[in-house]
Amino acid sequence: MTDAAFTRRAALLGAATAGSLLFAGGKAGAQQRPAELKIGITTFLSGPASVFGVPARQAAEMLFEEINKAGGIGGVPVRAFFVDEGPGTDHLVGEYRRLVQNEGVQLIFASISSGSCLACTPLSDEMRKTTVLWDCGTQRIFEEGPHPFAFRTQGYATPEVLAPLLYLLKHKPDFRSIAVINQDYAWGRDSWEIWKTAMDTLKPGVRVVAEMFPRFGATDYSTEVTRLLAARPDVILSTHWGGDLVTLVRQAAERRLFDRSTFVLPVAEASMQILGRTMPAGHVIGARGDHWNNHPRPKDPERLRRLVEDYRKRYNEYPIYPCHHMAQAISATQAAYAKAIQAKGGGWPNDQELANAFRGLTFDSPTSSITLREDGQGLEDQIVGMSSFNDRFPFAVPKDMVIFPAAMVSTPVGQKSVDWLKTLKPEILAQVPAAIAG
Amino acid sequence: MNRLVEPLLALAATALLVLAAWAVPWLKFVLTIALAKGLAVLGILLLLRAGQVSFGHSMFMALGAYTVAFLAPQVPEALLLLPLAVLFSAVAGLLIGLFVVRYRDIFFSMLNLALCMVFYSVLEKFYAITKGTDGIRVTPITIAGQEPGRETQEWLIFGLALVLAVGSGLLVRAYLASPMGRALAGIKTRETRLEFIGVPARRVLLFAYVLSAVMGGCGGALLAMTTRHVTPLLSYWTASGELVFILILGGAGSALGPFLGAAAYELVRVYAAALVADAWQMILGGVLLAVILFAPQGLWGIVAGRLRGRA
Repeated sequence: MTDAAFTRRAALLGAATAGSLLFAGGKAGAQQRPAELKIGITTFLSGPASVFGVPARQAAEMLFEEINKAGGIGGVPVRAFFVDEGPGTDHLVGEYRRLVQNEGVQLIFASISSGSCLACTPLSDEMRKTTVLWDCGTQRIFEEGPHPFAFRTQGYATPEVLAPLLYLLKHKPDFRSIAVINQDYAWGRDSWEIWKTAMDTLKPGVRVVAEMFPRFGATDYSTEVTRLLAARPDVILSTHWGGDLVTLVRQAAERRLFDRSTFVLPVAEASMQILGRTMPAGHVIGARGDHWNNHPRPKDPERLRRLVEDYRKRYNEYPIYPCHHMAQAISATQAAYAKAIQAKGGGWPNDQELANAFRGLTFDSPTSSITLREDGQGLEDQIVGMSSFNDRFPFAVPKDMVIFPAAMVSTPVGQKSVDWLKTLKPEILAQVPAAIAG
Repeated sequence: MNRLVEPLLALAATALLVLAAWAVPWLKFVLTIALAKGLAVLGILLLLRAGQVSFGHSMFMALGAYTVAFLAPQVPEALLLLPLAVLFSAVAGLLIGLFVVRYRDIFFSMLNLALCMVFYSVLEKFYAITKGTDGIRVTPITIAGQEPGRETQEWLIFGLALVLAVGSGLLVRAYLASPMGRALAGIKTRETRLEFIGVPARRVLLFAYVLSAVMGGCGGALLAMTTRHVTPLLSYWTASGELVFILILGGAGSALGPFLGAAAYELVRVYAAALVADAWQMILGGVLLAVILFAPQGLWGIVAGRLRGRA
């Protein structure tokens, strides 16, 4: 029976092996125009961050369908492989390898989580596979070293935190005290460091009355709200997102914290639909970019309208920022392939030629156009405004919007965000564009 | 059962793993992870022999992994990093073991769980040092002074994991057959009797605990060298639960069980995730349920049953 046990396991492994061999995509064929353009997409399909991951996947499915109907990218139909980021780094980097070595994907859209991005980008260097960082925000990616095959098609932490700060300094310049309540993980800590550094440079002497980092996924903020009610800060910063933000806003609104202090919520947009009328008016809200449903002057109003309407028709909700970030990554891919194919006189680009096309690429998003800098970082404008309600939307949208040009609020190439923020001059406030009523 | 059957099976399994890794390049990575986790699970198996389940063993895995991540910039040599990870986890295992071996059963389990979560919080909260939840990138490492390409490096780490797995498997086998190992079973059945024949139960358990911590640290170090990125999630209670899950899946009857379980676990997860990206948890759960219901001795139980059937 030893042999039987052998054959059993051998058959199991053999089946697995044969299965994967059957699926194995040839790397050699990369130069010829492939039968389909395979794109691996890592996104959260489980866990708390699936509030971002699932809408983004829906947007991708919708847009790829549209693209394929119109003939694909460079005449090649697109096929997406979705991978769940939920199980953690060791699983994800394994999946990255599977996508590249087994499915033979031409490029990868990596990650919502910053930790996932930090794990995937070095892999893109090693495997020489173009990787579009489609949603993660950590400033560490391009500031800690070059990544020749990685490109981020949207903004990142520094502009996303600096823009709301500049907005606050411009529209409510006389605040004297501040409290922070951020989720207790890397983004919560990083965003506070960015804010604090910039605030201390531009407006020294603001008193920090409370620094609170409640547990990620906390369900009860009564202690924090009580402390904030007692401390009476002029401003409360919170970079909470998703379910945590909804919980915080509901519990704080119930106890009238919004009446006493001005909130600054840089990642508010994605939670506005769920909060509906619960979100109080007159607080600073951001969107991790410029893609508000009521963008005052989108570059292509028809395209934005179509994206929003199509998405609503299909999924019965408004698209949120991860949908737009996905749309940006897809737009960038289309533009890069067009550029690479043209550069090759109609030939299909290999990995290196594709990466070359991404460098310095300018592409259109539904709301504006984005340029990828020489280090791979995309320059996405930021729109910040005051929460308000109008007849068009059943949830809060900004008014008195300021469009911050990306270059103004992004750390220059080759510098570290915290060092750069220390060199800011108060004159930057004079450059802040005028608010648009909206 | 024939004394040679297990080593022979191990040899065959090794050959199969190498074959699979050679035939399907990306599986090499998955299998290295499986071997690393199997190593940590082997440690839990030791404690289980004494009837104690550790719900916090990923702590040692995280310790090994973070040792590599922290020391790699100064000592970028895998063959030095591994012993260092072993050293640190042995010291940590000894210190923690001194306390936890005083407890049994649920108290032992929960105390381990608590300490593992404390370590998680330390990794997460000391943001300036550990970079919090985003984790640390492991800088490139050399193996025996060589700086091979990616492909060779993956093979070398895979080979290293295989050698360590086989070595530890043999060690555990010898240990469990020794008087010290037999005494572990004594703790499970009736500890007082052990004391009566002059065997200090606590010291027996402490030795097993340190050994299991070392194997956890070793697994963690391999994990860090393979994934090249460590996060505090390694020490989260779900990671510990995963190790116990693997032990149940593989079966605690033999030193082969943990590796069998780890390979099955990783392969099921990877194939389930490839098949249905948003319902892989259900498949994994289904597999565990099926194992509990139909093969309570785990996968090794099935193999052993066949072997006994013939003998």
